[in-house]
Parts: sequence; structure tokens; C-alpha cells
Amino acid sequence: MILDSKSPIGPLAEKWTKHKFNSKLVNPANKRKYEVIVVGTGLAGASAAASLAELGYKVKAFCFQDSPRRAHSIAAQGGINAAKNYQNDGDSVYRLFYDTIKGGDYRSRESNVYRLAEVSVNIIDQCVAQGVPFAREYGGLLANRSFGGAQVSRTFYARGQTGQQLLLGAYSALSRQVANGKVKLYPRTEMMDVVTIDGHARGIVTRNLITGKIETHAAHAVLLCTGGYGNVFFLSTNAMGSNVTAAWRAHKKGAYFANPCYTQIHPTCIPVSGDHQSKLTLMSESLRNDGRVWVPKTVELAQKLRKGEIKPRDIKDEDRDYYLERKYPSFGNLVPRDVASRNAKDVCDEGRGVNETGQAVFLDFRDAINRDSEDAIRARYGNLFDMYQQITGENPYQTPMKIYPAVHYTMGGLWVDYNLSTTVPGLYSLGEANFSDHGANRLGASALMQGLADGYFVVPYTIGDYLAQIGPAPVDTNHPEFAKAEKGVKDAIQKLLSINGTKTVDHFHKALGHIMWEYCGMARNAEGLTKAKGMIQELRKEFWRDVKVLGANEELNQTLEKASRVADFLELGELMVDDALNRSESCGGHFRLESQTPDGEALRDDENFAYAAAWEFMAENSPETLHKEPLVFENVKLTQRSYK
Amino acid sequence: MKLTLKIWRQKNASDKGAFVTYPIDGISTDMSFLEMMDVLNEELAIKGEDPVHFDHDCREGICGMCSLYINGHPHGPQQTTTCQLHMRSFSDGETITIEPWRAAAFPVVKDLVVDRGSFDRIIQAGGYVNVNTGGVPDANEIPIPKRVADEAFDSATCIGCGACVAACKNASAMLFTSAKISQLAMLPQGQVERMSRAEKMVAQMDDEGFGACTNTGACEAECPKGISLTNIARMNREYFSASVKSENV
Repeated sequence: MILDSKSPIGPLAEKWTKHKFNSKLVNPANKRKYEVIVVGTGLAGASAAASLAELGYKVKAFCFQDSPRRAHSIAAQGGINAAKNYQNDGDSVYRLFYDTIKGGDYRSRESNVYRLAEVSVNIIDQCVAQGVPFAREYGGLLANRSFGGAQVSRTFYARGQTGQQLLLGAYSALSRQVANGKVKLYPRTEMMDVVTIDGHARGIVTRNLITGKIETHAAHAVLLCTGGYGNVFFLSTNAMGSNVTAAWRAHKKGAYFANPCYTQIHPTCIPVSGDHQSKLTLMSESLRNDGRVWVPKTVELAQKLRKGEIKPRDIKDEDRDYYLERKYPSFGNLVPRDVASRNAKDVCDEGRGVNETGQAVFLDFRDAINRDSEDAIRARYGNLFDMYQQITGENPYQTPMKIYPAVHYTMGGLWVDYNLSTTVPGLYSLGEANFSDHGANRLGASALMQGLADGYFVVPYTIGDYLAQIGPAPVDTNHPEFAKAEKGVKDAIQKLLSINGTKTVDHFHKALGHIMWEYCGMARNAEGLTKAKGMIQELRKEFWRDVKVLGANEELNQTLEKASRVADFLELGELMVDDALNRSESCGGHFRLESQTPDGEALRDDENFAYAAAWEFMAENSPETLHKEPLVFENVKLTQRSYK
Repeated sequence: MKLTLKIWRQKNASDKGAFVTYPIDGISTDMSFLEMMDVLNEELAIKGEDPVHFDHDCREGICGMCSLYINGHPHGPQQTTTCQLHMRSFSDGETITIEPWRAAAFPVVKDLVVDRGSFDRIIQAGGYVNVNTGGVPDANEIPIPKRVADEAFDSATCIGCGACVAACKNASAMLFTSAKISQLAMLPQGQVERMSRAEKMVAQMDDEGFGACTNTGACEAECPKGISLTNIARMNREYFSASVKSENV
């Protein structure tokens, strides 16, 4: 199969307009004859479900949480980008496009990214109309802040809870359609498989998490808006329930999985404190607007700090190394996430880390507080400072925060074309679940933008073209493929319940996380990756031999839910390693030790790797087949990314 | 730390349920409360006993999924969510009682898990602005005084966890409902449907079986997000004003 991105030809700025015109339409009276399934109710899912229902389609929306409002988009803190140029500082659609392509280290598709920048302005309008309380200036107009990887202020925000406010906006739009009878909601319901008939997605198999009932649902199209797979690392900033299951099962039904090795390690998280830890907490990148990152200049001073012999405030300015400001004078503390994370790892590897484990750097607000007052800083970041104090027991107004990188976002995901269609016709993927737009590194405040762009402004147009072509003939679950998929799901659950081994699900999840973090984390090399591949295969075998899953299917069984998700992570982990092995260049968040510039920056190999790697599932426990979508750059010139 | 946990166990919605006591040892003060529960569940799983089921997801205090009633307080002794509560808030040797939210409108599903679908239905009754995607004015065409935007934000920050209901002796959902009504009543975007929104949401709240408000302020005192009682006053004003002027009543 040849990967066709379906990117429209013609000038960049006209592609989307032209494409919308060329897409077939479904007439308003026919829309109600089409059924669409939306899995996941985060920013992408809730916005898509609401928008499609408004257009007249019959929508079913599924989420595993007890309410759609709890999807993990809710936890996004810092903000959402949009090329409004309200600050008169030279922003434009083209600049947002350019920053995103460059920030992604030239590994994303030009046409998609341009469209993202183009519709970004509509998102802000939409959210404000819904009553999202964005931050405002005294004159009553919207306020902006700046974010990593950009030299303009284009980030809209609602204190440190932007994701919450945007999701509640999308959730309210969704709730309105539920009330109108256009959306049927299925909370506490997990998607277990995609049903394909003659190569087209025609429905899904679900498990009711309260009763354990396995059900089938038919539709003309299925949208997977199921988020990222960062929890493959066990410790990440993702919610405990975030998982890859929906995307992975779709992958096994024919949807290619693209760039799985592209993971984002976020530079500003609260460091790991012990083995009991269940998740890592992000401190918004927006803090880097005012916080200065540093470690002591010498290993001796760092050791004294670690032993508690001196306090951070005792270290004089001339003994501090503000290493980001030193190495990247033009972007300073606001370098992109991958660069900030790698530098934190480097200074800690040199022995200059500042907490007991040596795995932390300072984020210091002393100078900002002296400049703007403590109250001004509290107004900007109050909730984040409170959260930090709650977790660590330290007051960041008085002593610098300690931070360290943690897994945060996955740029890889289901391969989609310009229409957001996966390689399975009728199966779409939106938001973090797909691979589009962010290349090898996502810029801050761009995830919210992409999720809402896909859901509000892209898929409502592109899905019509597909639906108009297949026609509105009713769908039902009587086809034997539904029974077959349902049986497959039931068998897999039975298998998990019948092993009755000796080790808990968390034991395997933690073991997998250790392997991934050690060998497929911030720095990777061929030797480590090869080793990791073998270790994951062994661990997977052991899981299916020795995992202990208690209880029955016919009840609320959180262990079973977890086991089923971890089983998929154990397969995905190996594909991530394969992808990381294959891509012997460094780019963005994927850093191969074998490929770096003399001063330690990521060194791309455009001649051999300017492509999206899309993997095709062949059979259980068999190598996957690699398909390459060449990335063609007609508008930007590929350069060594520099933030100096 | 060494602790004694008295935990409500209930197999399903129709089971009667009872407290079961579990001793636990080796708990670090740096653990979050839910990490302590994880430790207990790992121990139970190894012994072959059914782990204690509880709701949780983001573990950073924003999704509103966690919901434990700890020592007589929703989310425990601190004014925060259970996931942000740390064991340093307890002392060595302490007995900790853990129950689910108790309210007729939040039926227990299993152990400490309850069904809060009633909150979703209250929002569905009118907690939104009736605008479709697209065709809206430019964002800066609706100037909003900073003070108003900030105040609306304070109401909008509600995470829908239900601690207010659990704290209230009447199991009233007034704080939750009023936070959404307030947010939209303060903003220009919410003006058009202001009256019908208050009517419909309050009616739904009553239908769900939540109790009335007797102004004890327990909800505000326990709310992890500091939602103010002022919202309830505002909701009452909105509701009475609507019942005088509206054509729907």
C-alpha cells in the first residue's frame, strides 16, 4: 500500500480552502441518517462529537471516565496558541506555521501544519463565545503570554488551568447535544476493538466497566480521539487511566502507527521522590517566562547542596550556572522542550544535580519576585505554586523549585492523511492520538490547539466527503464480523483472568516503564535499544505466563482494566524501540547518541530520514512492516535548528 | 508510618456493605493518600484479595475523579483533592476511616466508587451557551472587564468532584450548580439564556434528589477549589428573578 497523504496541491495558503470546496457534502436532510462513533471525550473528542451533532449527524460518544469532563485534556495548564497577533508583535499564520514546523524539527507535514495555524484563530473565537474565561487585560481584551520556541506572545490562557477551561467549554457544547438527543453518551465504557467490514471501519466493541458487559456498536464512521501513550513509561504526567488500547487495537485492525518513538519529555516536572510514586506532576512551561533555570557551577557545590550543608540561596550569583541563558542567549529559558530537557539531563549527568537523587535542577523565581513583586507572581502562577508546595512541602516563593524532565506527550500516533483518516477508510484519528502536526517535538500550548482544531474545524468538513461517498444505507451489528470481534474480546479477557499467576499488573507495568525510560527515553543508542527489545519480549512472555488478575469480568474490576491496557503497552513498547532503532538520526525529542553536532545538539539526517515512519501490523509476535511517507518541504528551508 | 485503615467495602450497588479494617505499615510521609491506597491494593492483590476500588485519574487535583470521605471530611483534613493529600497530614499509628461520598443522588457502585451522573445531567439541563461551532464573532469583539472575567473564572474553576454534596448534611448540590450558573450569569455570553438556564438547572438538581440548602457553609469549607458560598446567593437571586419574569414558569 502506498501512503497517500492527500495533501492538496497548490499554494500553501490556499490548500485548505480549495480542499474544503473540493470535498463532497452531505445534504442537511441526509445527515441524520449517518451514525458516527466518537471514542474519547477530551478536547478532540468532545469538540468533534459536539460539532458533528450540531451538523445533524447521529453521534455516540464513549469515555472510560465517569464523566466526559474528566478526560485528561483537563490537566493541561499553560495555554493555547493562536495566530491572532493581538499583541501587535509580528505574529501571523505563516509565523505560527513556521515556528511549529521548525519546533517539530522538520518532521511534520507542511499542509497539515499550515491548516492548524490557519484555524487556530477560529478556536479562540469559538471558546470565547462558549464563555471560556480567558485571562484579560484591564481594557477588557484578551491577554497573551509567551511560550517556548516562539519569540511572539501568542498563547491564550486561563491562569494555570487552560486545559480545564477549554475542556469544560467543549464538554458544555457536548452536553448541549446530549440534551438535544443528538449525542448518546457512554461513560465508564472502554473501547476494546474496531470492527472492519470489507476494509472499512463499521463499528466498535466496548466493555461496560461497571457490569463488564461486552457490547457492539455500528456506525458509518469511527473517530478515535483517545489521547497519547505516554503511560508506556509507567511514570509520566498522564492521568492514571490514559492508555493506548483504542489506538493499538485499531492498529492491529489495519491502521498504521506512525513515528511511535517520538515522545516528548517535558523539562519542568516535579522530580521523582521514591519507588512508591504513581505519577509525575508537571509544572507548566509558562513558569519559564519568569523562572530562571540553574545549577551550581561546580560539582562540589552541588554535593554540598545534596547533603543539605548549604541552601540554594547561599549560592552566589557568580557560582550559579544559568546554563540555558548561557548557551542559548536569544531564547534563553524559553528554548523548546526537547532542548531544555536534554540540557537538564546533561548537567545532572555531570554531577551538578541539586536534590538527594542528583536528578533535579533549579527553577528560580527570586529575580522575578524582586522585579515584579510576590503578588504579581502569585497572580500569574498561584495555583501552580500551591500545587508544588502541596506535593513537595517546600515554598517556591522562598526557595527555588526543583524540577526534572518527565514523559509528557507523544507526538507519534495513528498515521492519518490530510483528512485525518487512518489507513482504514472510515476510521479517523484526532488530537494526540494521531501523529500529525507536531513532527518530532511539540511546542508548548500547541496540543490544545491541535485537539480543538481537529475536532471543531477539520473533521466536520473532511468526514462529509467520505460519508457522501459511502452513502447513508443503515448500518447494524448483525454482520458476522461483529460477532467475531466480540468473541475475540471475550476470549482475551478470559485469557487474562485465567492465568492466575504470581505477579501483579503494576509489577509488569513498572518493569516495562524502567526499560523504556532507561533505553528509549531522553537519549537512545543502537546497543541499548537492541537490548531493550529483547527485554520487552521476555517481559511480555512473562506477563502472559505469570500475571495475576483477580475477580471476574462481570463486575467493576479495575485490575482487569489495567491488565488489558498493560498488555497493549507491552506490544507498543517493542514497536517504539523498533522505530527508534530504525531512525538512526536525531530529531526533536528523539535523540540518538550516535547522531549529534560537535556541541551536543540533535543532528538530523535529512537525506535519509525526511519521512514519517508508518508501521503496519502483520501478525502477533511478528516484525511490523515499515512504510515511508516522504516529507516534502516546498515552503520552508530545512536548517539545523538553532535557538542560540 | 504504621496505620490502621477502616475502609467501606461494598461489592456492588445492591450489596449492603460494611467497614473492613486493614493494618498497613511502611508508609512514607511523602506518599500521596492514593499512593498509600496503591500500596494497600498491591498487598491485597498478592494475597489474592479483591483490591479496594476507588475513583482516581489525573492525580494532580484537576479532573475531579477522586472522591474519598476521609475521617469525616470529603478529601480528608486538607482543603484539597484526595490525590493532592499527602501522608504528612496524618500521624504515625493513626486510624483512618475511608468512606464513599454519601448521597442519594450519588449511589455507590462498588466500594468507594459512586455514580455522579446526576452532575452531568444538571449541566445538560442548561450549563452552556447555545452557540454552534463556527459563525461566532471575533474573540476581542466581546470585551469583558478583567474583574468580571476573574470572578467568572473563580466560579468556573469547579472540578465537579461532588465534595460539596458529600459535606452537606442535606446532600445539596447547590454549590456545584450555582458555580456554573454564576459563571455564565456574570459573562456577557451568558446573558441571552440567563433566566431559562437558572430555572432548568435548578429543576434538574431537584429532580435528581439533591437536598435543599440550609446555609451551613460546609460545602464552601470543604471545596478543594475554594468555590465561594456567594455563588449560591447569586443562584438564588437568578432563580427568583427568573421565576418573577420568565414565561416558562
